[in-house]
Amino acid sequence: MHTITFRINGERRTETVSPTATLLEMIRDQLHLTGTKEGCGIGECGACTVLLDGAPVTACLVLAAEIDGCEVRTIESEVVDGQLSLLQQAFIDAGAVQCGFCTPGMIMSARGLLLRNPHPTDEEIIEAIAGNLCRCTGYQAILDAIRSVVAEAGSRGGR
Amino acid sequence: MNDLKYVGTGVSREDGVDKVSGAARYTHDLALPGMLHTSIVRSPHASARIVSIKTEAAEALPGVRVVLTGEGLCYRLGLYMQDKCILAREVVRYQGEAVVAVAADTLDIARAACQLIEIEYEPLGAALDPREAMKEGAHLVHPDLGLYEHMQGVFFPKAGTNIAHHQKIRKGDFDNAFAAAPVKLEASFYNPPVQHVPMETHATIAQVLPGNRMEIWTSSQSPYTVRHLMSAAFGMPHASIRVHVPYVGGGFGGKAGLGLEPLAYVLSRAAGGRPVKVVATREEEFNTLPSRQGLHSTIEIGCSKDGKILAFKSTYTWDAGAYADYGVNIGRAAAYSGGGPYSIPNCWIDSYVVYTNKIFGTAYRGFGHLEILWGVERAMDMMARKLGLDPADFRRANLLKEGDTTITGEAFTSGHGSPVGCLDAAAEAIDWGTPSEQPSEPHKVRGKGIAMLHKAPAMPTYTSCGVVIKLDEDGGADILVSGVDYGQGTYTVLRQIAAEELKIPIERSHVTWDCDTAFSPYDWQTVASRFAYMGGNAVIQAAADCLKQIREMAAQALDASPDDIVCEDASAFVRGRPETKIPYGKLALGYTFPNGNSIGGPVIGHGRFIATGLTHLDPETGQGLPAQYWTYGAHAVEVEVDTETGEIEIVRIATAVDAGKVLNPKLVTGQVVGGVIQGLGSALWEGFRFDEKGRFLNPSFTDYKIPTAKDLPKEAKQIFLENPQPGGPYGARGVAEHPMISVPSAIGNALFDATGIEFTRLPLNYETILLAILAARAQEA
Repeated sequence: MHTITFRINGERRTETVSPTATLLEMIRDQLHLTGTKEGCGIGECGACTVLLDGAPVTACLVLAAEIDGCEVRTIESEVVDGQLSLLQQAFIDAGAVQCGFCTPGMIMSARGLLLRNPHPTDEEIIEAIAGNLCRCTGYQAILDAIRSVVAEAGSRGGR
Repeated sequence: MNDLKYVGTGVSREDGVDKVSGAARYTHDLALPGMLHTSIVRSPHASARIVSIKTEAAEALPGVRVVLTGEGLCYRLGLYMQDKCILAREVVRYQGEAVVAVAADTLDIARAACQLIEIEYEPLGAALDPREAMKEGAHLVHPDLGLYEHMQGVFFPKAGTNIAHHQKIRKGDFDNAFAAAPVKLEASFYNPPVQHVPMETHATIAQVLPGNRMEIWTSSQSPYTVRHLMSAAFGMPHASIRVHVPYVGGGFGGKAGLGLEPLAYVLSRAAGGRPVKVVATREEEFNTLPSRQGLHSTIEIGCSKDGKILAFKSTYTWDAGAYADYGVNIGRAAAYSGGGPYSIPNCWIDSYVVYTNKIFGTAYRGFGHLEILWGVERAMDMMARKLGLDPADFRRANLLKEGDTTITGEAFTSGHGSPVGCLDAAAEAIDWGTPSEQPSEPHKVRGKGIAMLHKAPAMPTYTSCGVVIKLDEDGGADILVSGVDYGQGTYTVLRQIAAEELKIPIERSHVTWDCDTAFSPYDWQTVASRFAYMGGNAVIQAAADCLKQIREMAAQALDASPDDIVCEDASAFVRGRPETKIPYGKLALGYTFPNGNSIGGPVIGHGRFIATGLTHLDPETGQGLPAQYWTYGAHAVEVEVDTETGEIEIVRIATAVDAGKVLNPKLVTGQVVGGVIQGLGSALWEGFRFDEKGRFLNPSFTDYKIPTAKDLPKEAKQIFLENPQPGGPYGARGVAEHPMISVPSAIGNALFDATGIEFTRLPLNYETILLAILAARAQEA
């Protein structure tokens, strides 16, 4: 077993994890943050995307033991003081959510993009979510939602 | 119907907040105290006898609680055709079939235990091609077919063969009409099996409770059907079974009927009542759980010289796979829709649902219609060319119009909507009639194609739906239903209708999430694009029931006749005297007079809807009324092909659907955009591959590509016609499945326009396209 210390959604945690446990298993089964979804478990669908030191990763492909000293952000970090983030609200307004199972991973991929590049081009937005599979929406509304936040961030520098 | 406040507006989905925040709980996310986790051992063979199973080592592993094999599980389950065991017994019928299940304290232990199980198989002969499997002497997938229970009078399995069902359509005199027709066409087509790919794989938790009861949490489209089939299988009263359906991460038909529930139940029973969770891995979602059936089609059309269809014949041979519970009903629906939305005076259709030793089929968005219309709509284009007619003009001349009858003898009326209107709208949107402007690069070509679509809900004649509305203390409404909103947005539409009818603000109108058969009223299943139609009608009736109760109380309170009570702005008042108004909040639980006397009681409204006038189809001719309503549409598409690489790009696609009435433009647009992209998957990339022994070769997203954000058309347009559906809520008809139907057909037709090559097999991937281009060049040379 490994003991690791890390920050998740701003909170400092120390956890004991098995050497084979994935970051996804720790997040969902140990920390009970079930907003992060498992769609395939082998890094092919993007449903489990979280931010590791600000960069999007598929949590099913990261070993929990590797994140000692790291900063993790999951979908649960997007709501602050009971308020949805601009990105979350944009997903609702644009009709970018249907079954919702890909949504947390999709939002985290978009968040990762906006953190490193607040003014992405259309190509950069598409590239950022190209690894997140969605079977319901046909992606168009998701792209619209992210674009609308980019446009708004231009004027408000939004969260 | 004028001045609608909510119906017809783009209300955002209420479940959006839960879903964007990660608060939405799916069955995947649930855990119960003491819950066990499951892993299964799957068959490596398509067809084999199980000689022996050694489970001792697995049972000895610490943390393993149950190891189950099919032996002793003497159940045959199914909705239409009871042909499937919970775990394979004696034989395995497809590679991927569940043979042994282990429930353990953790998933890791369950998986480790599965590695310790030794199974000896004796490979048997196999039926792999349904066309061969129909022949005499073929390996029988189910030698006991004649003994299986099935829905009587609707399905007709042929004992001693692999034919699970044969649906016939006979109208007019095909043979003579075809013989006399001056222009004839015959062509064959193929669709491979395709996976639904819900992002949430199937998941179920079952717990056996003391006193012969059970509780189930499941990612299902069918809470009441699950309850009913579990009741029938395990001999329990319905009230002893409670089925919860939390948020569901996509279904598309794959979560209709029974899924993992029986397995979770028998594991919990064997574990002494501990709750057991079964979650399909992504590979199992592909390889163990059902898919869309494959289809071989042969189509013959005879036309007059001026382009009227005189005779149409098709043979649909469905690759049902190892089990045909749902497949039989797809074979049936495909037959009564099997000529496309055309006026056909002489029609002959045989639809055979044939068992093979492959992954089995089930409902998938479109219920057979994408498959049959791949052939029909490609054949219509081929015929138009033979006649020297524009494909749109040829269709326009033959589409169903008022006064025509369908191939099952149903009169086509103006209430059906406008197939011609859909064709014209889609065609106009891509400048049909103007040839594609060719790109400047010499290795790129463009072309245009068009295709029609139609579909009616494929459901039993007695399909019904109940709704209960409870008024809250603040005058708001809680709507209870057991249809499932697994992403379509139906709950949002139902709350719009309730707010509209009850005259309350939309913010106070809620559908209670999490279906629960203990509280939510009956609904058949959430399939067939019928929930907004049936549920919407039931909501209207339930709201009327609430208003009746409100009026009666208000009439007493205000000393007026109930007929004189007007309901507006969440209040009741005497007509012409708005100053008398009583807010609903003061009536919701009963009305109390100033002196303390009280009348009435809690306002609880009940609404219901049942399919009306449907008949079984005549077994010999297929004549009858199978459809509550039809929805028609068309796609028009322009493609660009790189003749050096085979790459295909969708330059633009326009989709026109006659929705009857758009209840929520934002949500219906989402359905169409999503459906078209899903259709693009079936058209360009998706399809199961099997080796010569029937082993499934591509059960992962690496080897089975579905559309990503990089694969979108450059331009996609959604057009809604609103020719009202008589009997539909506000004139609406279902549109959920339709957008994906005929996307492949339109692309195939555009590919011909671009390349001059007739494609007859899906998918139209780059490799297929390039090889066809190279073959055509070689032939020219």
